[in-house]
Amino acid sequence: MSQTILFTIGSITILGFLAAAILYFIASKFKVYEDPKIEEVENALPSTNCGGCGFPGCHAFAEACVNADDLSDLHCPVGGNETMQKVASLLGMEVEERAPYVAVVRCNGALEFRHKTTAYDGVPNCTIAHSLYGGDTDCQYGCLGFGECVDACNFEAMYMDEKTGLPVVIEDKCTACNACVTACPRDIMELRPKGRKNRRIFVACVSQDKGGAAKKACDVACTGCSKCEAECKYDAIVIENYLSYIDGEKCKLCRKCVPVCPTHAIHEINFPPRKERPEKKERREKPAKKVEVNTATIDNAPAVDVVKMAKKANEESVKKEDSDDKEVS
Amino acid sequence: MSLLTINNVKTFPKGGIHPADHKLSAGVPIKKLDPPAQVAIPLSQHIGAPATPVVEKREKVKVGQLIAKGNGFVSANIHATISGIVTKVDKVIDSTGYKRDAIIIKAGREGEEWADGIDLSDDLITEITLEREDIIKKIADAGIVGMGGATFPSHVKLSVPKGRTAEYLIINGVECEPYLTADHRLMLEKGAEIIVGARLLMRALGVEKAIIGIEKNKPDAIEKMAELTANEKGITVQPLKVQYPQGGEKQLIKAVLNREVPSGGLPIDVGVVVHNVGTAFAVYEAVQKNKPLVERVVTVTGKDVKNPSNFLVRIGTPVMQLIDAAGGIPEHTGKVVSGGPMMGKALNSLDVPVAKGTSGILLIPNEEAKRGEIKPCIRCTKCVQVCPMGLEPYLLMTLTQKEMYEEVEKEKTMDCIECGSCSFICPSDRPLLDYIRLGKRTVASLIRERNN
Repeated sequence: MSQTILFTIGSITILGFLAAAILYFIASKFKVYEDPKIEEVENALPSTNCGGCGFPGCHAFAEACVNADDLSDLHCPVGGNETMQKVASLLGMEVEERAPYVAVVRCNGALEFRHKTTAYDGVPNCTIAHSLYGGDTDCQYGCLGFGECVDACNFEAMYMDEKTGLPVVIEDKCTACNACVTACPRDIMELRPKGRKNRRIFVACVSQDKGGAAKKACDVACTGCSKCEAECKYDAIVIENYLSYIDGEKCKLCRKCVPVCPTHAIHEINFPPRKERPEKKERREKPAKKVEVNTATIDNAPAVDVVKMAKKANEESVKKEDSDDKEVS
Repeated sequence: MSLLTINNVKTFPKGGIHPADHKLSAGVPIKKLDPPAQVAIPLSQHIGAPATPVVEKREKVKVGQLIAKGNGFVSANIHATISGIVTKVDKVIDSTGYKRDAIIIKAGREGEEWADGIDLSDDLITEITLEREDIIKKIADAGIVGMGGATFPSHVKLSVPKGRTAEYLIINGVECEPYLTADHRLMLEKGAEIIVGARLLMRALGVEKAIIGIEKNKPDAIEKMAELTANEKGITVQPLKVQYPQGGEKQLIKAVLNREVPSGGLPIDVGVVVHNVGTAFAVYEAVQKNKPLVERVVTVTGKDVKNPSNFLVRIGTPVMQLIDAAGGIPEHTGKVVSGGPMMGKALNSLDVPVAKGTSGILLIPNEEAKRGEIKPCIRCTKCVQVCPMGLEPYLLMTLTQKEMYEEVEKEKTMDCIECGSCSFICPSDRPLLDYIRLGKRTVASLIRERNN
C-alpha cells in the first residue's frame, strides 16, 4: 500500500520536472521579443480600450507610438495632452499640444418643436429605425431618440433627456473618443473644439430640407437663410444644402450669429448671459469688443437657448444627485 | 385541366409557413382608374442607380414620353404617366420612408395625349417579329422592372452573362403574399397577353421551355392558364402548394425544377430565369404595343376596407386616391402597408406615389397592426424550422446584437431572402428580421470594404 503511494508521488514528481523542463525550453526557444517600451507606453495610457485613437485598444496604440517616427499623427483623445506628453517623454520625442475636443448634439428637435406625424412600434434601435423610414416626425434628418449614442459611450458622458427625447453630453466626462459619432446613423453627433473657456457655438441642426419644409417639420430647424453667414466676419460659416455649418477652428466665438438666427438653431454654450437690451444700446457707442467681454446680469439670449441651458443645468444636477445616491447606496 | 393535374402540386422542401390568405379582392375585376390630376414620379423606382431627368421644368409631356433616363446598366428608364406640364423636380416621400427626387407632372386641361407610336387598342398581337437583342432593347427602353416587388431591372436579368446558358424560364404567378390579388386577376383577365409576354421572354433568353408556377388557391387561374397553354409548345403550368414563401425566386426554382441555387449565387447559375406574370404582361405591352411601363395593377385591400379592389393605376398616383376609390380609410386603421402583410412596408405618409413595384396597398386595423412586446427567446427553434433558406434566425439576431459581424457572415446571413417567416412564427414576438436586415447591411458593407 505505502509502496503504491510512494510510487505515485515519485512518478508525478518526475513528470512535473519533465514538463517544467520542456516548458522552459519552449518558452526560451520561441520567445517573442517585444519592445519593453510598448509596455511602458501602455501603462501611461488610460487603458480604456475605447478605440478613440483609431487603433483597436491601448496596446495597439502603444505599439504604433513606439514604432512611429514622430507622434504628430497619433493622439489619445481620452488621456489628452497630459498623457501624450508622458508618452513623448518615455519615447524621447516631442509632441505638440492639441486643442481638446468635445462631442455636441446637433439636433434640438425636442417634442415641443417637432411634432410627431406617425407612431413607431418597431425595434427601439436607431440604426434599424433609420433604415426603415425618415422617422416619426416630418424631419428625416433629426434625432430618432433611441439613444444608440448613449449606449455607445464608454464614459457615462451621455444620457437621454426624457423631456426632450434628445441625448445630452456631459462635457466634463466626454473624452471625445468618437464612439457616439460612429454610433449615430444620422451624423448628428460631432466632435468640436472645446473652445476657449469651454465656450463654443454650433448649429444644432442637420436638416438638409429646403427652408420652408425644414421649418414646417421643426420649429428650431436651420432653414439655410444665410443670415448667420452674412453676419460672420471670419468666414467661419458655410451654407450647403440649405444648412449652415460653423467651422469650429475658424470661429472666434464672437457669437454675433446667435441672435440673428430666426429659428434659434445656433447654440452658444458656457457663455455668460447677454445684457439687457437698453443697456446694450447705451454701450453701442463703445467698441463692440467690450460689449462681448463685459458680463451682465439678466440674459437676453434667445428663449430656446435659455430654456435648454436651464434644463441642462437642471438635469445635470439631478443626474449628479442620482449618481451620488447610487454611490452612497 | 383535369382535377388530377391540379392535385399534382409541388412545393419547396425546407421551412415555410401558412398564414391565412385573406384574398378578399380575388373575385373583383381589375378596374381602370381615371388618370389623376397630378403625379409624382420617383426617379428611383428600381434597384440600381436613380434615373437622370431629361425634361425641363414647364416642359409639356405626353403619356409614355421618356422623362428620365436610366443611369448605367443596372437602372431603368422612367416615362410620363399623364400628359401635362412638368411643374418641378422635387423631393417627395416615397415608399422608402424618405424624401427622394421625383418628377411632378400636372395634367393639362385638354384631354389626354399619348406619345406617338403607342398602340392603345385591345387587339391581341401574337406574332413575334423581333429578334433577341431588339426585344431586350425594347424592354430596357420601356423601363420594365420586376413587377413582383423586387423591382430589379428586367433587361439586366435577360442579359445572360457569358459562360452561362439559360435553360428554363419560370413565370411567377404564385402570389404567395396574403391579401394580394393583382397577379391573380391579371392572369384571369390578361392571360393571353401574359403567354405572348412569356414567348417574348423565352426568345430574349433563347430558351425552349417555360413553366408558369401558380399556387393551388387560384384554381381558376390555373385552369385558365392551362387552357391557354394547351396548344403552346414548351409552356406548361405547374400548380404549387399554398405555402409561404412559394413565390420566392429560389423557393420557386426548387419547387418546380428541384434545382438549388447555390449560396450567394443567382438563378442563372442553375440555368433558370424567373419573371413575374406582371412583368410578362408589361413585356407584352412594351414589345408588341410599344407601350412603356406607365401603369400597373395594384390591389387595395384590408379587412375593414369597404370595397377591396384591384385597380389599374398610373404610376405616380398618390396612394390616398387609391384608398378613396376603394371606399376610404376605415376607422381604427393602424397601418397602411405598401405591398403584402409579410414583406410589405408601412407607409409614413398617404401622399406616397404608386411606384413600379407597388403590388398592393393594405390597410391593417389597429388591433392587428401593433407589434407585440419583445420577450426573451425561449429556444423553441420555430424560426429555424420555418426558415426556407435553412438559416438560424435566432442566432443571426443575437450575433448581430452583439456586433459579431464576422460570425454573422459565416452563418450565411447574406442568403436571407427577408421573407419574414421567422418574425411571423416567433412566440416571443422577437424582431428577428429587423436585426437580420441590420446584420445583412453591415456585412454587405464589410464585404464591399474588403473587396476595395
